[in-house]
Parts: sequence; structure tokens; C-alpha cells
Amino acid sequence: MSEDRSGASRGEPQRMDAPRAGSAARDLERYAGLFASRTRVMTSSAMRDLMAITERPEVISLAGGLPDTSTFPAETLAAVMARVAADSSARALQYGPTEGMLATRETIARVMAAEGARVDPDEVIVTTGGQQVIDLVCKTLIDPGDVIVAEGPTYPGAVPTFSSYQADVVQIPMDADGMRVDELEETLARLDREGRRPKFIYTVPTFQNPAGVTMSLPRRRRLVEIARERELIVLEDNPYGMLRFEGEPLPTLLELDGGHFVVYAGTFSKILSPGLRLGWAIAPRPVLAKLNLAAQAATLCPSSFTQHFVNAYFQTGHWERYMKELRDLYRGRRDAMLEALATHLPPEATWTRPQGGLFVWATLPDYLDTTDLLALALSHNVAFVPGRAAFLDGRGGSSLRLNFSGSDAESIEEGIRRIGDLVREQVGLFATLTGHATAAGRASERAPGEPQPRTDLADVLALPRRPHDERRRDAR
Amino acid sequence: MSDARRVAVLKGGRSLERQVSLASGTRVEHALERLGHVAIGIDVGPGLVRSLHEAEPDAVFIALHGRDGEDGTVQELLEALGLPYTGPRPAGCAFARDKVLAKHLMLGAGIPTPAFLVFSDTTLKEMGAADALPGIGERLHFPVVVKPACGGSALGVRFAAAPEEVPGALLAALSYDDKVLVERYVHGRELAVSVLGGEALPIVEAVPHDEDFYDFEARYTIGRTSFHCPAELTAEQTAQTLELAVRVAGLLGLTAGCARVDLLLEEGTGALQVLEANAIPGMTETSLTPQAAEAAGIGFDALVARVLDLAR
Repeated sequence: MSEDRSGASRGEPQRMDAPRAGSAARDLERYAGLFASRTRVMTSSAMRDLMAITERPEVISLAGGLPDTSTFPAETLAAVMARVAADSSARALQYGPTEGMLATRETIARVMAAEGARVDPDEVIVTTGGQQVIDLVCKTLIDPGDVIVAEGPTYPGAVPTFSSYQADVVQIPMDADGMRVDELEETLARLDREGRRPKFIYTVPTFQNPAGVTMSLPRRRRLVEIARERELIVLEDNPYGMLRFEGEPLPTLLELDGGHFVVYAGTFSKILSPGLRLGWAIAPRPVLAKLNLAAQAATLCPSSFTQHFVNAYFQTGHWERYMKELRDLYRGRRDAMLEALATHLPPEATWTRPQGGLFVWATLPDYLDTTDLLALALSHNVAFVPGRAAFLDGRGGSSLRLNFSGSDAESIEEGIRRIGDLVREQVGLFATLTGHATAAGRASERAPGEPQPRTDLADVLALPRRPHDERRRDAR
Repeated sequence: MSDARRVAVLKGGRSLERQVSLASGTRVEHALERLGHVAIGIDVGPGLVRSLHEAEPDAVFIALHGRDGEDGTVQELLEALGLPYTGPRPAGCAFARDKVLAKHLMLGAGIPTPAFLVFSDTTLKEMGAADALPGIGERLHFPVVVKPACGGSALGVRFAAAPEEVPGALLAALSYDDKVLVERYVHGRELAVSVLGGEALPIVEAVPHDEDFYDFEARYTIGRTSFHCPAELTAEQTAQTLELAVRVAGLLGLTAGCARVDLLLEEGTGALQVLEANAIPGMTETSLTPQAAEAAGIGFDALVARVLDLAR
């Protein structure tokens, strides 16, 4: 445990290529001069560095977005790999087409059919994870200063991508029914008046990361109409659509749009394995052609090796059953998390109640800063993602994202208990500091498991509007 | 730089500065290898003593920052194991780590440090200290800086420009430590003096680009902060700064390795104020101490060699 994994260990031959002695000060200046201007916004963060502690085994991490890959049977992996080796060893080890193998695109069409969307394999390109689709769409559409419209909060992993293309990101508030499409229209009108034309609207409509909420059907319809009226691309990122635990599936934006203005990002990460690094894009043909050229420049082609694995795996016919197992597993973990939240969080806190996916989004009183709370939580060996990671403008400071797919029910219960204790302590301390009593002390009077009032009216909408306003509110 | 030695490099651990420590440690390991030593990197955890027994080191290089590594904890353990190690002894670590303790010692020795008040979990919860908060303005005048007594890398440090901002700032700082200091805000130039074996290296001045405060992110991101070394000061200012830094290092017991003293040169008055001392300063690409050594003609490898030579 303690032996360093990356550094030299005993008995290891001495490195021949130990890096040159850096002359720190001068080298620093020299490199700084070489960096492209876009790297100025590509920065590490306090939060990211704090996250280094979560790799330690004693930490219960509710921070990741990890599916539980331990559920995939090792013997299935071995059998499928043996099959690939026997049938197509040379091709699996070879480069492939930039757009991906036809067999993979047919597999993807099958997955899309399970999502309820009819897709022609010719409309699909295979990518290195869904993440690459976000990057390729930015690369294809965004010049520095161009506007991207996203949800607020948005997928934290998209933030560095948007930043690296120097996009100006405008975030639209959400509620329990997903992105507030009325606010979207107001924002688009305002951007019009300001002469700024957004290039695309980025959304995770189903079991949103990080908010856990799902866009309602009327809003989906209206969003697709808006895209058509304004001739804007909608990037529909749908990694979790197949992970529905309850309720009726909703049509994808892709299906509602019929292939005019929606670019769809899919991935095998959550329905099979993120280690495969395989995702896909579906787009109107002219856009798809550009995305394909951009992909060629970035990676030449997606991994042939993992494409062969996926295709062989889907031929075994195990996938549907595996999906059902995953859904059952994650449903139980979600229930454990919701129950633990109701038991351990003080009444000042609110959270979403996802019908699927991987995440719950919780919002605490606005005087609590969840980045500082993370530091405190880490000293109690539990981690989450502070809400600020999901905003580009400093909002989200009192919210946090909690993952339920990557930990077992027992760890979830224990992790939430620790977070709940800390929050309650902080709420009580703030009351002491300000001389105001709060309901925090009464939290324990609520019977364990008793449902939190209005939990499904997710307090995504009660996010502080701007750090500026937030400060003023604190000043009362 | 003569004989090859087996050197265990302690890094990582469970501190909030884990990431910075891993970067420092890896750089130190590479330097030790270039110097012809055998470097054994150890990420500090429950198996530390076992790893040290296996490594059979001639010396231990401590590249830990923050909790456990910089506060004397690991040093006490190494004393118990009888292993020679780099950097200050346990007492020096403890004095430097606790800003409140360090400031009291400095005041006692007549070393200028910004006026401050201390609040703790205990006084706030058990002794009604919240009723004393309204006195902050009168005693220190706003704005004030609120920081955890034992914190590093500017984590949990907040400004409070007015009384109503104090509770939120205290709550943030109390997330990092049970004891918090509220300090008069000194507006001025940020200076850092590294003291290597009791001798001062050239002064580094840190000039952040966009932030109005030298925060955690600026501190560790290449290109976010400009460093000037040696700092452009008058001969008299330079001499005073160096003398003060050496006094602080001596007072706190930080002469056994390479420590760093952070000061402010107050705008207007031109007075020097000592903020804090770091027992084990960072050794990353953007850290101030390697830059100061560089300006003194001591390359990174030579710096590591000197610190190792000072190991006892």
C-alpha cells in the first residue's frame, strides 16, 4: 500500500533516463512563454488537488462517476477475448477506419434501437469515449469567444473541454424537469440582442450529470423546435439513458428531431465499460463529415482492439441481461443513498431524486461552501464533488454531487452519515456565529427514513444566481 | 555528493496537500538518482514503518507537506526509529505548523507580525466566543484575513471586508482546523525567503497575474504568477528582509534543513511583517524555494544534496 507505484522501488534498476536537472525559475519562465493562450484557462484547481486523497483506500468516494465494473464476469471477459484472439487477432491489432468498423456501427445501431431510436450505421462514427464527441463538436464548431449554451449545473467533465476551446459558456438554470426551456429562450433572445450567436446547446437530458434530473417531454419537444427555428445544433449527451430504474422512457432529442439539428453523443462506458474508451456520435451528414475529419486529426481511428471486443461481446447475447443486472444493482444503491440522505441531512438541505443514472445533486444552505466542506469531509475519509465544478462562473458553491453507482449500499450509508454529521455541525456552528437558531438541531427528531418534504421538487433551481448576489445574501 | 546512499523519500500521505507533496517527492527522487543515490519513494500510509524496514535507508528525505508530515508527527516517528531525516526537528515543525504559536513566539521576540485574534471550535461552541466577534472591527479594523491556524497553500483562507462576512469566513477556515486566526489585512508586496541551513537565499517576490490574492490555484499553476528573484528592493530593504527571515528561522528552530519564511512589505509604511514560516517548503516546478536556490547559483540537484547533507 505504501510503496510508491510510480517512483523507484527497491531492486528496480536505476533509471537511465532520469530527467535533466530543471533550472526551476528560468525554465518556468521559458515554458510559460511557450504555452498557447488557451492554456491560461486550462488550470488545475484546489478541488482537483484535494481529490488526490480520494485514491486512498480508506476513503469512501462518492465523488467519481464510476460504473461498477466488478459486476462484469471475468469469465465472460476471458471467453470474449479468446474469441477475438482466435477469430481476428491480426485485425484487432491493426489500425481501422476513422469512422469505426462497420460491425461496431451496427452494434451501436442495436444499442440505439434499445434506446428507442432508429439509426442507420452510416450516420454513426465511433469515437474514443463520449468525451471525445464533446471535444470534436467544440473543435468543429467553436472559435475563441463563441457561445456554448449549457445547463447549470453542467457535466463537470465538459467544463475543461469548453474552456480549452476558449468558449464563452452561458448556463441555463434547471429544475426537476431539466433545463428551463423558457429561460433558454430568454437567454437566446438576449444573446441575439447582444449580437452573440450561440453555436450549440449542450444538454444531458436524461438523468443529468450532475443534477440527476430528466428533461420532460414537453421541454424536449420545445428544445428541438427552438433548435430548428434558430438553426442551432443541440449536442445531446446521453450516457445514462439505458440506466432507467423506474418511470416511462422518454424519446431522445435525436429521435424527436429526426436528424436535422441534433448531434448525439453515446458511449459504452456506462452500459459496458469505460475502460474500453468507446463512444459514438450521430449527426446530420455534413456535420458528421467534419467530425470525422476532426477525429482523424485527433486519433486516426478509435481502438480496433476494443471494437473487436465489443462486437464479439454483443454476439454472445449477454448484454440485455447484463444491463438488467446493472439497473437492479444501481437502483438498490440509489435507494440506499436517498434513504441515507433523508436520515442524515438536516432539514435545510434539499436533493434530487433521480429515476436513473448515477448521481444525486444536493444543495445546502448558501452560507456553506462545499469546497471547504470537502476538505473537512476528506479528513473524515469521505469525498464528493463540490458543486462549483459544474459551473464556469463560480456558482454552485453550496451544492454537491453524490455518486451512488460506484460504492456498495453499506459504504453509501456510512459516507452519507459522515457528510450529514459534518453538515449538521457546520449549520449549528454558523447559527452560533451569527446568533440565529436554525432547524439543524431538530434534524435528529425526524424519524429515520421519513421522506423529506418536496425532495422531488429538486432544489436545482434554488442555486445562487451569481457569486455576487450570493455574497449580498450572506450579508443580511 | 560523494558516497551513494539509500534514501527513502516520504511523500503523499493523507494531507490536503497530498498532490503537491507527490510532485515535490518525485522531483526529489529524480534529483537523488542523478546525484548517484538510490531513491526509494514511499507514499506514506499505514505500512510506513514496514516500508522503511524493507528499504533500509541510510537517510530519510521528507517531502511531505501539511498534516502529519510538516507538523512533527512523522519526525517523532523517525526519532523513535532512530533514522536520520532531513528538515527541522519535531519542535521546529510544531512551531512553524501552528501559525498562532509561531506568531506568539515572534511577538515575544519582538519580530513584527500582523495583529491577530484567535477563535477556536472550543471557544465558539463552549465559551460563547461568538459574542466577541463584534469586537473584531475595533481591534483589527476591516478588512481582515481569516485563516486556519494549521493550514498550507492558502487553503481555507478568506477575506472579510465587513463584519457580516466574518461568520462565513470563520466557517470556511474552521473546515480546515479547529483553531482559526483573524488577522489584520496587510496590503503590500509578497516576499518569500528560503533559509538553507540557517543561511538566507535570495528573496523571491510573487506577483499574481489576475487574482487579487495569491491563492492555491495561482500558487501551483505555471504562468498564473510571476516570480521575481532576487526581488527588486533597495539594499537596505533586502538586508532587513534577509536578517528578519534568518531570525525567524532561528527562533522557530528551522535551521536544520531548508525552510521558507513568508513576509509582506507593507505599502505606504514600508514596514516588514512576517506572516508565517514553512518547515518543509514545496519542491515543485513552481515552488519558491527551488527558484531562490537557483538565483543563488544552487541548482535543484545541489539544493537536494545540501538538504540531504543536513540530515541528522
